[in-house]
Amino acid sequence: MRTPLRPLARILQARQEGLNPDTIEKENLKLRHEALREKARGRAQFRLLILCASFVIAFGAIGARMGLMAATEPMEPRASAPGAEIIAQRADITDRNGRVLATNMTTHALYAHPKVMVDPKGTAQNLAELFPELDAKALERRFTDGRSFVWIRKVLSPEQMQKVHEIGDPGLLFGPREMRLYPNGMLAAHILGGTSFGAEGVHSAEVIGVAGIEKAMDARLRDPAQGGKPLTLSIDLTLQSTIEEVLVAGMKMLNAKGAAAILMDARTGEILAMASLPTFDPNDRPNPLVDKTAEPGDSPLFNRAVQGVYELGSTFKIFAVAQAMDLGLVGPETMVDANAPMIWGRHKIKEFEGKNYGPLLSVTDVISKSSNVGTAHIALMIGPLRQQAFLKSLGFFEPTPVELIEAPGARPLIPKKWPEIVTITTSYGHGMSASPLHLAAAYAAIANGGVAIKPTLLKREGPTTGVRVMSEKTAFDSVAMLRRVVTEGTASLGEVPGYEVAGKTGTADKPKKSGGYYDDKVVNTFASIFPASNPQYVLIVTLDEPQDDTLSQTRRTAGWTAVPVASEIIRRVAPLMGLRPKLEPVAVDAVTAASN
Amino acid sequence: MRPVLYVLSFLALIALGFWAYRENYATQAALKEVEALQRQIVGLHEALTVQKAEWAYLNRPDRLRDLATVNFDRLGLLPMEPSQFGTAAQVAYPTPKLPDISFTQDVQGTISSEAEGL
Repeated sequence: MRTPLRPLARILQARQEGLNPDTIEKENLKLRHEALREKARGRAQFRLLILCASFVIAFGAIGARMGLMAATEPMEPRASAPGAEIIAQRADITDRNGRVLATNMTTHALYAHPKVMVDPKGTAQNLAELFPELDAKALERRFTDGRSFVWIRKVLSPEQMQKVHEIGDPGLLFGPREMRLYPNGMLAAHILGGTSFGAEGVHSAEVIGVAGIEKAMDARLRDPAQGGKPLTLSIDLTLQSTIEEVLVAGMKMLNAKGAAAILMDARTGEILAMASLPTFDPNDRPNPLVDKTAEPGDSPLFNRAVQGVYELGSTFKIFAVAQAMDLGLVGPETMVDANAPMIWGRHKIKEFEGKNYGPLLSVTDVISKSSNVGTAHIALMIGPLRQQAFLKSLGFFEPTPVELIEAPGARPLIPKKWPEIVTITTSYGHGMSASPLHLAAAYAAIANGGVAIKPTLLKREGPTTGVRVMSEKTAFDSVAMLRRVVTEGTASLGEVPGYEVAGKTGTADKPKKSGGYYDDKVVNTFASIFPASNPQYVLIVTLDEPQDDTLSQTRRTAGWTAVPVASEIIRRVAPLMGLRPKLEPVAVDAVTAASN
Repeated sequence: MRPVLYVLSFLALIALGFWAYRENYATQAALKEVEALQRQIVGLHEALTVQKAEWAYLNRPDRLRDLATVNFDRLGLLPMEPSQFGTAAQVAYPTPKLPDISFTQDVQGTISSEAEGL
């Protein structure tokens, strides 16, 4: 109802009283303005309130949602399709052809809730009968001392699980477990290492690597981003198995304490097979030795191929000769002083069994006859500094970069000072110790034409590049010299018809803990390259304390122990790699076809 | 006109409500099915890994070697040797097909002196 600005009744009354009627209009106008203002203010307030409320609701909703998300258990999105990645928590390991070396299997762990157990005593007895390692008394005590949770076994086979079911006590419960399985048993045990359980819960347990490549590549194997993609090794299962078979036979026949073999692709540095004996089963990894006085090599866990740092003996001679040829100091036919024994200060350098190949010997014969004195003279021409630099470039001063957790710990033993007598002894492999894997990598550099390679256990795609350490010609001449060692030198038993084996033997006395060397304990090594005309593979065979008693006398030189084992390995392994034997040139027929 | 619009929109509302109700239950059913399928896939994956492991276990080189030794009389398998590589020259030429000459009339004919080059 709109009130008029000039109400007639009041105007007439004002006129009668002689007042100005305009004041009434003004007053009314003022009142109307006030009312209007009041209304506008009320509306603005209401709008502000609405705005405020909507802000509170919006932010409140966001806050509530955040709180809800933070408070709830995480959940897999229900609508997304699952891949293999959510199934395996640890990637498989396969050989280079995709054959499984390590995989996972679902089993169950056994635990108990003693508080809901019906018959703790009977259950404890039944369990002890099922699992001989459990003690019924101890188990019963744990079931009855008031605790509410007891772990009983980490893994059960399905048969064992069924038997536990048959005990029928409601307090016995099973938790799912993923278990690492090595289907090939002892094969490639030192490479694979082993696994154990990390953090354990009722619903699952972490599987962590404890040794070998399982530990070195643990992060890669457990990386969910890799989506369970198997880790492909450079190892070939067939070759590995063949080498282990021959090596076991060789070790037994020669009464050796241990043995190791490495087969490597000389161009890429891929390790095709690596064996160390004695070995173990990674499915049931033995405990490390606790006896402090025992040698590490006594444990089957010891990887002789990588951790076994030995003096490698005469196999080193080729490095001194190759370097001297590369520097242009000598050529294959240069005559060098080989008059034994050589007197150097207080030291007397002798040949094997006190022989004397001198007074002069060609460089090729120094290698094929394995002359210590000849090599010593060549090493003196090179000098200590250049010798060190060369050995360093071949990788002898650093642990091997191979993907095993044991590798960084196996540091070569390098003399602290390098006087000339060390130059002499190092040239024929004494006074400096390295692992067979170091030797394999260095021989690969000779075999592939003079390029240093990094040994690896992972399959490589495509060619690799490396630093050139010697010229191609030097490498070629060195291989030719090594071939002479097999055709007419110390490794004559190493000849495999058709495969042109080239190699060098090495026999080193084992050092005593108290200092000095044993007379009757040696480490024999044969480092070989084949085929010599187109070198592709390097094979190192090392035998620990072998002796050959077959022919009335006891022989401990590599030529009689490591070499026959290596030749048998090459004979068996080369056809498996598709290496065709090279036919000896056939004599041209005496009768030739003639046309008339 | 207006009441008709009201009635129509009310009917549309009921229809939409019905549709939304059905969609809701259909979605829930689909999710349940996905879950069941997922469980099945996980189960099959597990079975697959077990079978793969078993395949690897049964094909381990030691076992195959022993089996080859045990069954040598039937299979005659030996480790591969260099001598097993052959050369192309060792492969015999396929023998040419000779015409069947058991019937005399097949080879009867006159010998042309020109064809023989005499």
